[in-house]
Amino acid sequence: MTIPTTQEEPVILEMRSITKEFPGVKALSNVSLRVKAGEIHAICGENGAGKSTLMKVLSGVYPYGSYEGDIVYQAEVQQFKDIRASEHAGIVIIHQELALIPELSITENIFLGNEPTKWGVIDWAEARKRSVELLARVGLREDPDTPIKEIGVGKQQLVEIAKALNKSVKLLILDEPTAALNESDSQHLLDLILGLKGKGITSIIISHKLNEIEQIADEITIIRDGKSIETLNVKRDGVDEDRIIKGMVGRTLESRFPDHVPKIGEVFFEVRNWTVGHPQIQDRLVCKGSNFFVRRGEIVGFAGLMGAGRTELVRSLFGHSYGRFISGEVYKDGKPVHMRTVRAAIDAGLGYVTEDRKTLGLNLLDDIKTTTVAANLRKISNYSVVDTRQEFQVAEEYRKSLRTKTPSVEEGVAKLSGGNQQKVVLAKWMFTDPDLLILDEPTRGIDVGAKYEIYGIIQRLANQGKGVIVISSELPELLGLSDRIYTIFEGAITGVLDKDEASQESLMKLMTSARKSA
Amino acid sequence: MNALKKLFGGNTRQFGMIFALVALIVFFQIFTEGRTLTPGNVINLFNGNSYILILAIGMVLVIIAGHIDLSVGSVAAFVGVSVALAIRDWGIPWYLGVLFGLVLGAVIGAWQGFWTAYVGIPAFIVTLAGMLLFRGFNQFVGKSNTIPVPNDFQYLGSGYLPEVGPNTGFNNLTLLMGILAAAFVVVMSLRARATNKALGADVPELWVEVTKLVLICGAILYATYLFATGRPGTSFPIPGLILAVLVLFYGFIADKTVLGRHVYAVGGNRHAAELSGVQSKKVNFMVMLNMSVLAGLAGMIFVGRSTASGPFDGVGWELDAIAAVFIGGAAVTGGVGTVIGSIVGGLVMAVLNNGLQLLGVGADLTQIIKGLVLLAAVAFDVYNKTQGKRSITGMLLKNFGRNNNIQPDETTSTKEVISKEA
Repeated sequence: MTIPTTQEEPVILEMRSITKEFPGVKALSNVSLRVKAGEIHAICGENGAGKSTLMKVLSGVYPYGSYEGDIVYQAEVQQFKDIRASEHAGIVIIHQELALIPELSITENIFLGNEPTKWGVIDWAEARKRSVELLARVGLREDPDTPIKEIGVGKQQLVEIAKALNKSVKLLILDEPTAALNESDSQHLLDLILGLKGKGITSIIISHKLNEIEQIADEITIIRDGKSIETLNVKRDGVDEDRIIKGMVGRTLESRFPDHVPKIGEVFFEVRNWTVGHPQIQDRLVCKGSNFFVRRGEIVGFAGLMGAGRTELVRSLFGHSYGRFISGEVYKDGKPVHMRTVRAAIDAGLGYVTEDRKTLGLNLLDDIKTTTVAANLRKISNYSVVDTRQEFQVAEEYRKSLRTKTPSVEEGVAKLSGGNQQKVVLAKWMFTDPDLLILDEPTRGIDVGAKYEIYGIIQRLANQGKGVIVISSELPELLGLSDRIYTIFEGAITGVLDKDEASQESLMKLMTSARKSA
Repeated sequence: MNALKKLFGGNTRQFGMIFALVALIVFFQIFTEGRTLTPGNVINLFNGNSYILILAIGMVLVIIAGHIDLSVGSVAAFVGVSVALAIRDWGIPWYLGVLFGLVLGAVIGAWQGFWTAYVGIPAFIVTLAGMLLFRGFNQFVGKSNTIPVPNDFQYLGSGYLPEVGPNTGFNNLTLLMGILAAAFVVVMSLRARATNKALGADVPELWVEVTKLVLICGAILYATYLFATGRPGTSFPIPGLILAVLVLFYGFIADKTVLGRHVYAVGGNRHAAELSGVQSKKVNFMVMLNMSVLAGLAGMIFVGRSTASGPFDGVGWELDAIAAVFIGGAAVTGGVGTVIGSIVGGLVMAVLNNGLQLLGVGADLTQIIKGLVLLAAVAFDVYNKTQGKRSITGMLLKNFGRNNNIQPDETTSTKEVISKEA
């Protein structure tokens, strides 16, 4: 390892004008990143800004040749063709979703794919001996024979780091390392990263938790819309959370929304003390006593970072389709309603447009007309026999009113563009005639023109007296669309802002800290 | 090709298999020197395969929902022996015996459905266990003996439509049925055409419709002629009649009812179905239950045909039924398949079997050929899916430049990519 010199520390990694394109999307354009040896370098940016793509380019997930630009690592231009190649060079990435095998022991996981052998046979005695040493280095006091599934997420994260150390890591990349950890586990992990820095290991850390970044990072590079905006030196520039947020959101709001005069009525939907446990992990809550309400004709935004618990909250409301229900009441028009199944939720007047169209929202084998009526087959059937004539008519009506671009409603949904697929999904839920429509990331992966149309549809629904909840990771979208915005952080609602008082800065502040708003 | 495409454009998925079936029949008709399309052979072919085709109807629903049922042969055997014993020992009439068999099938189906749908054990395991269980029950209950069934019960498996009315040289009931079937097809197609036209949906040109109807009616009437001119005492077989009723009934269920829609929805994307209010557990339970009821029926028909129930009835049926379904265009991953397609798939296998037998090809070679046909049919399907097309049909009627391959990008998760590649 290089020892810091007196003047300027040597640079261990330089990524020079990296450009990465996917069909139709420029995920990274001319991004540059300079990481000095022995420092902790944070990368900040909103969801979808391109942080993960950049790290995938660095670690060889996107091999040399699939991007433009140079990766200079340890003073040499590198051409990683896969993850193995980058790991060989000492670059190890630890993903947000841990890559451990639950059934195998700590030792087996640490040495997976890298097993010490003697004449072709795994030398378990050696492996165990080394894993005891590694566990001591990361400060994990566990029997190395314990299966991974029996230790908590915090400890699993440490095993990942032990695994990286075993590969003689020089540059450690951590993608949202503390996202799933509680406060004390997070602190332990941050201390460990600082400790590794003392031993000369450079770290790149991607995190949404700005307070943590402020605490441990030496330098911060901010990425926005696939471009590197600036690199800040924490001590020299006196960086604080507000400064980072300003860099992350610093774009102006264009007029990307149809004109809309809200017609807001009385409160008709109210949730009290909604508490839900994680589906697998005992003692972990994904919703912590949430309270909120929706008025007729109101578009309510839910802001929060990825993993904050926005989707978990609405899915647990929508017929308990996520997590373990613990407590909470729902009132509609003043009367308590119980929605234990999705069917009951639909009958109670709820609709839910899912976050991930392709895996949760659509049956890609279906055609448009079948999809349009899928959530309300009862309405077009007599004695459980589907009236295909009505089915066609209904689908035609929505095709016209939502202006879905398709040659016919008999076309397969898989053939439609993202925007048109979303219109079909919207049609499906509009046909159930809900009083409250919940939209989870309604414009993800949709081009600007279609977004405008979708916003128009949402506003029309609100003006018909329906309540609409919009979850979005794009703050400009929430600000442009919502009448009121709740912020969620780590499963708890941390504040609510009216349209007039909300700004990207004020929202981001509430989204990244547990502080209660006044 | 363009004309053909127009001709079968409305229902292209099955076209490939129908085409293959016709080609096979013509091939064997030529090489067996006309012994394939004789009344005796055709009647034989139907009689000998009706129970497999009945199983294929249930199996296609199971496979559409994303499961599999390996126990059908054993269930059929167990129901068969139980009914034979019930009739012999309790002295119940044949129709109560049939009822008893159907109820027993339903009970077995409820058992397997419970484990699959509500406990969440993969159907492969549940029915593998069922395969052993009910084979064992069959031999335990029947003490591994052969148990004969009375004549009126045998009618179920080996009976024919009776001779009624004036002597026309044909079997009158068969003739009547054939004509009614042809008329039914014509009326239904024309009605569907009128409805679609009124709705403003695309309708094929008139000549296409007419040619299509002429071809279909020609096939129906030719089959009618063959069935109606068999040797005296034979005509359209009762198992064939039962099969025809089941095909109509289940085709309707799959295509037109809420339950049918839900089966496709659960198989196509269970999460999306559940989030649309479909009770996927109930759907899974129902398809498994239904499968065992049909297996029971198939077992009874087989016992009726072979005049007795035995300890090795139904061995290997599950594989024939599954093969029929996959040849008929169903997808291994669920969500795709049709009742009529599975019947055509089953007939392809049956004709192949029969033709090779007539040619004097040994059982060894027959198995090899059948194995290769199954592999080839599904390989085509998988290949076409990776090309963004959907089936053999797509292969025959290539639409170049219409690929809807979804490129993985940053918004596509690994899971999606993997499932797309699978």
